[in-house]
Amino acid sequence: MSSHDVLGRTEGGDLRLVGLTKRYGSFTAVDDLSLTIPQGSFFALLGASGCGKTTTLRMISGLEDPTIGQIHLGDQEVTDLKPYRRPVNTVFQNYALFPHLDIYENVAFGLRRRGVKDVKTAVVDMLNLVELGHLAKRKPTQLSGGQQQRIALARALINQPQVLLLDEPLGALDLKLRRQMQIELKRIQTEVGLTFVHVTHDQEEAMTMADTIAVMNHGRIEQLGSPAELYENPATTFVANFLGQSNLIQAAVEGETDGVVTVSAHGQQLKLDAKRCRSTSGKIILGVRPEKVQIATDRADVPAGFNALTGGKVVDTSFIGVSTQYLVQMPSGEELSVFEQNTGRTIQRPGTEVVVYWDPSQGFGLEGTQDIEAGADADEEAAA
Amino acid sequence: MATQTISAPAPADGSAPLKVRRKSPLAWAKQHVLLAVTFVVFVFMLLPNAVILWMSFNQPDGKFNYTWNKFSLDAWKNPCSNSTMCHSIGLSLEIGVVATIIATILGTMISFAMVRHRFKARSGINALLFLPMAAPEVVMGATLAALFFNTIGPGAMGFWTITIAHVMFCISYVVVTVKSRLAGMDPTLERAAEDLYATPTQTFMKVTLPLVAPGIGAAALLAFAISIDDYIITVFTAGNSETFPMYIFGSVQRAYPAQIDVIGSLMLLGTMTVIAVSQILNQMRTSRKK
Repeated sequence: MSSHDVLGRTEGGDLRLVGLTKRYGSFTAVDDLSLTIPQGSFFALLGASGCGKTTTLRMISGLEDPTIGQIHLGDQEVTDLKPYRRPVNTVFQNYALFPHLDIYENVAFGLRRRGVKDVKTAVVDMLNLVELGHLAKRKPTQLSGGQQQRIALARALINQPQVLLLDEPLGALDLKLRRQMQIELKRIQTEVGLTFVHVTHDQEEAMTMADTIAVMNHGRIEQLGSPAELYENPATTFVANFLGQSNLIQAAVEGETDGVVTVSAHGQQLKLDAKRCRSTSGKIILGVRPEKVQIATDRADVPAGFNALTGGKVVDTSFIGVSTQYLVQMPSGEELSVFEQNTGRTIQRPGTEVVVYWDPSQGFGLEGTQDIEAGADADEEAAA
Repeated sequence: MATQTISAPAPADGSAPLKVRRKSPLAWAKQHVLLAVTFVVFVFMLLPNAVILWMSFNQPDGKFNYTWNKFSLDAWKNPCSNSTMCHSIGLSLEIGVVATIIATILGTMISFAMVRHRFKARSGINALLFLPMAAPEVVMGATLAALFFNTIGPGAMGFWTITIAHVMFCISYVVVTVKSRLAGMDPTLERAAEDLYATPTQTFMKVTLPLVAPGIGAAALLAFAISIDDYIITVFTAGNSETFPMYIFGSVQRAYPAQIDVIGSLMLLGTMTVIAVSQILNQMRTSRKK
């Protein structure tokens, strides 16, 4: 696909990173990263702070030089191009609006630098797109955080870049505004059809907006896929813990018949869909999301064919309206969490003996040699 | 107090519960003490200026305008009746302007180097820059005098030697002022400009310079103010020239005409006008935006 924009440049082409590596002394921030981001997609780089996602973004924008590797935009290699020569624009984390210029001039900045004479129509259109046309004569400091964020977006978008980079763009906004801006950003992306590369530590933000998410850890991509793929079939314990919550249980494979893997955990037999297992022999880690797990006080209430773990005891119950969150302690001391939707079932008090059960098709199996806790702290760190 | 609590019910006899109480004298004093102190401080600061203005309308009885004799506009009508004095003012202004321009340009460049780059001699240069502010002026003046005596000789000393000396100490003040402004500037603004297709030159002219300009302006004003009234270092480097501060010092021995007070008053009024105009312009700009 190729088309001409108002500035006469040819747009089109995927963003390709080839063996991109960035080292600071002995520290490797980004480690041999290869990635293709299709044109027009909303792509998220998700990870905890220090995972290399922002460094990757800065290398794409040209503000940082890679130690090794190349960056291609369509059929053009841009690795050595100065930032002001790349058809790439950034929405900075702190917005970085020019405080000495009014909103109009802030938005017009990029066009003026490229010698565009008549910027008025474009600026007015762009201000209308972000619904802030009436604030053209204000200075950035006279705007609220959400308005500044939208101006930063307009200032970047007006240049019709081939790729728009968003560096934690909603990090400084409060929760309610963030939700609103997520929807807004997605709307604008669909409307202008540009490639958006979004860096964030907020998994919910990434899942809401992005078509494709790359989960990064220690300068490498842990897993790449659509939000649903990552959530339903995490490839590693890091992804399972970082993206939402997971109950991860150490298990040993006993056998496989007709695409169903039988494992033993907590001295009880459990079943798994072989297609959702990364490993089907020896020690594995069985994972199941808390909202797929239910509890019952009587073994007889568990539907036939479901996985059931007996001997659990509720140690914590928190009722939060739409759901009730339970913490169930197994005889081995391990704790499983259960999110039960508020469908009017009896709420179990702490101390109650319960059976934990779930549909075997909802579980997933991971390589057993990994750190079962990987990514669990990273999520908390990122949220803090 | 309009609110009533259970422990303090309204009087049972039906009298108005919310009668305005007469304030005690102590409470009155408490409320006005800030006002009084402010007033005293203002008087303390402005009284010398008022005396200068007042004495500029005096017709001195003799050579020294130290005591009030009688009202006269003579000094204001002929501020330059003493040509030596006006010549010294001209020299001071010339030195002030030239020294300010050179010191501001050099000082700004030094500030950029110090804030933006990490190099080997950085901490050493930092200490050297601080030296002109920390060292006693008498010592600085004497050493400069020795330097100029031994190089170009006393006969060649004058405008340029004074200017060189002034540039030297003004640079320190410029660097301190511009550096703080530069250090407080968000570095992502320049990254953003670069990202928005501004070449390094454009980034400097369109973003960096406008943002640092208030600091540079303040530094220039400070340099000019310091240069115009410097006496000690100037005396040592002046040769046969005489600046305005030197003239005033000398006149304490020769004769102290009322014109000195006229010039002092004019300087004061000039400064106040500049401040007032900038304040009014600022107000107009902010009110127009609303």
